[in-house]
Amino acid sequence: MNWKKTITSSLKSLSLSLALVCAGTYIAHAQTLGEPEKEELKFGFIKLTDMAPIAIAYENGYFEDEGLYVTIEAQANWKVLLNGVIDGTLDGAHMLAGQPIAATMGYGTKAHIITPFSMDLNGNAITVSNDIWKKMKPNIPKMADGRPVHPIKADSLKPVIESLSSEGKPFKMGMVFPVSTHNYELRYWLAAGGIHPGYYAPHKGDNSGQIDAQALLSVTPPPQMPSTMEAGTIHGYCVGEPWNQQAVFKGIGVPVVTDYEIWKNNPEKVFGITAAFAEKYPNTTIRLTRALIRAAKWLDDNSNANRPAAVKILSQSNYVGADYDVIANSMTGTFEYEKGDKRAVPDFNVFFRYNATFPYYSDAIWYLTQMRRWGQISDDKSDQWYKDLAAKVYRPDIYEKAAKSLIEDELISANNFPDFTNETGFKAPQQHFIDDIVYDGNQPNAYLEKFKLGLKKGDKL
Amino acid sequence: MIDEESRMSLTTVNLSQLTITEQVVKVSKSILSTITNVMLLPVIGITIFLFLWSISAQSIHTSLGTFPGPNAVVQQFSSLYEEHVVEREKAVAFYQRQEKRNLAKQEKNPNYVGKIRAYTGKETFVDQIITSLFTVTCGFLVAAIIAIPLGIWMGLNKRLNSAINPIVQIFKPVSPLAWLPLVTMVVSALYVSDDPMVSKSFLTSLITVSLCSLWPMVINTSIGVSSIDSDLLNVSKVLRLPTFTHIQKIVLPASVPMIFTGMRLSFGVAWMVLIAAEMLAQNPGLGKFVWDEFQNGSSDSLARIMAAVIVIGFIGFLLDRAMLGLQRKVSWDKSSASV
Repeated sequence: MNWKKTITSSLKSLSLSLALVCAGTYIAHAQTLGEPEKEELKFGFIKLTDMAPIAIAYENGYFEDEGLYVTIEAQANWKVLLNGVIDGTLDGAHMLAGQPIAATMGYGTKAHIITPFSMDLNGNAITVSNDIWKKMKPNIPKMADGRPVHPIKADSLKPVIESLSSEGKPFKMGMVFPVSTHNYELRYWLAAGGIHPGYYAPHKGDNSGQIDAQALLSVTPPPQMPSTMEAGTIHGYCVGEPWNQQAVFKGIGVPVVTDYEIWKNNPEKVFGITAAFAEKYPNTTIRLTRALIRAAKWLDDNSNANRPAAVKILSQSNYVGADYDVIANSMTGTFEYEKGDKRAVPDFNVFFRYNATFPYYSDAIWYLTQMRRWGQISDDKSDQWYKDLAAKVYRPDIYEKAAKSLIEDELISANNFPDFTNETGFKAPQQHFIDDIVYDGNQPNAYLEKFKLGLKKGDKL
Repeated sequence: MIDEESRMSLTTVNLSQLTITEQVVKVSKSILSTITNVMLLPVIGITIFLFLWSISAQSIHTSLGTFPGPNAVVQQFSSLYEEHVVEREKAVAFYQRQEKRNLAKQEKNPNYVGKIRAYTGKETFVDQIITSLFTVTCGFLVAAIIAIPLGIWMGLNKRLNSAINPIVQIFKPVSPLAWLPLVTMVVSALYVSDDPMVSKSFLTSLITVSLCSLWPMVINTSIGVSSIDSDLLNVSKVLRLPTFTHIQKIVLPASVPMIFTGMRLSFGVAWMVLIAAEMLAQNPGLGKFVWDEFQNGSSDSLARIMAAVIVIGFIGFLLDRAMLGLQRKVSWDKSSASV
């Protein structure tokens, strides 16, 4: 009951004097992290398994260890969640990687949102309805045992869409938000198979993203994806877990490809806070980052040994709330495609290894390139513009402070983190994309020239 | 005239001549019929309903499994209660940890003033019921404080009535769902405070409930006041009662039955509106519980929603009975407070 929680009067924190006292008594720890300026926090999330670091930081008491009293609240959709963070009802939230970038850039609601912590890698999949799957399946090469060869490319979907459109029927798919990872992944997959997912033209007021589209994409909140597909409103969707496994369990659709196969170890969700919050409450920001890093590490410790316990927590009705089996299917290193076709995907959900939590500038720039590719950024931008915007939103400096204090407190050893002295924030050119195009975050414009479909230098709708 | 009177006295004689046994039979018959009406028939009705429910539930297959029958719902009631107990234990542990931490901080820094925060864990089903009841009561009281004086004024003043009546008639049929976005935006724009007394979501629900439950009360009160017996009004005129005494001694007692009819209607509306508002605005309460369970899509979800439906209905019924009891207590004409 919120009215009860808020009714207690708040006290100004004594962080400054406390920090001074600490500095006086422990001279060795001159840099000791001060007490949090704001102790009562409210974080929002969307019912998806990748919110796990927040739930674990709460349940394992990591937030409390930092002196933070956190309330966690599910939000109806990504828009409500973003508005909550902007207007201050939420202090921070589990966000789509594209959200802080788009908000800072001013695409949609404009607000300076930053992220000190990347929440996970991978974790999404594309699901199509049983009917579409039946028509797609003959086009897919088979292995010796009769199961389809993975990764399934959108090439096999193309004839299905063509035959639908010859009947005058549009092909529709759901994604969760215009600037969501899912939108870009779905577009990437479709475009790699020669299917045009449509352009945006914000300068003309057209934010439908359906200009020239062969597949019409629209927004549906994640938990409602299965029921919307069941109702026949969409033919398929791209969403995070457990909503793809839910389709398998309900027998209403078949996941065809995971985002791990579209782009190996792609960055997914981030933890977003406003720049104003980070400035006003620096200690709180570092402390909440510390708690989240510890939670992410716990989730990946001993090659996913804690995952079953995590799934149990996530299946509580106040977190994700889906059945244990549904969540466990993807969280514990397997993924069920067609019913019975369960394959090992140990990296389907990565929370900590491969420096998953470090906010790389190159990750932010990839999202920006896709925004440009599909017209959400209407005009050409210089490489420097991409880098400046990424540096404004992604804040490895805060992450570094949190990580170093964790190392100092001997909670996590240094070899779990990137080498901070040499870290540039740019990953080495990445190769594992479904269309084999190499991505180098240092050269966004050159990268955009490599795509067959999409806007290139000089293009304007 | 005389004829009729004599006939009447004859029947009286006849009645008094009935034998005692006949009277006993008559009384016991009436008791029996009351028992049948009050106890037996409802039980039969409920049994048939449960039977039909469990039969039809088995044949409805949703993508979340079969539709929950009475058994599944009863099971969920007990698991909801267990969850509540577990959460309470966690809350106790939470407070203990907090005290410890505050003490440790005080040791480090004597100036630190420890503060106990409310439990940050999830709201259980029981908590949600309490929140909903609290919100609906507050919303209803706010509506009553505005509606009853306004209704009395409108009833006393014909001109005011004709001025305001069109507005009331237009706003009365508006669904809470239409008000909600407006209320949400206005509340977040105007209610800005670093240390708010109550949360925004509570205020949003409260105002939405008030807006929707206002109108039946205004209408019934004004009709009740304007249709007071002219004899009573004349008495007041003869005695030259001052306005306030006139309202207190004549208007209020005479229009209490209508005012309460309006209040009962309003409370019913308020309860229905609250659930819808909580559901849509994600405000804490039973409505949010239902929505969350729907979103979760777990195999227990439908049974839990059904449990909530039963609780919502039961509470609505109890609220109505409570209002009826109150009405009986305050009105001078007991027969006016009928079921």
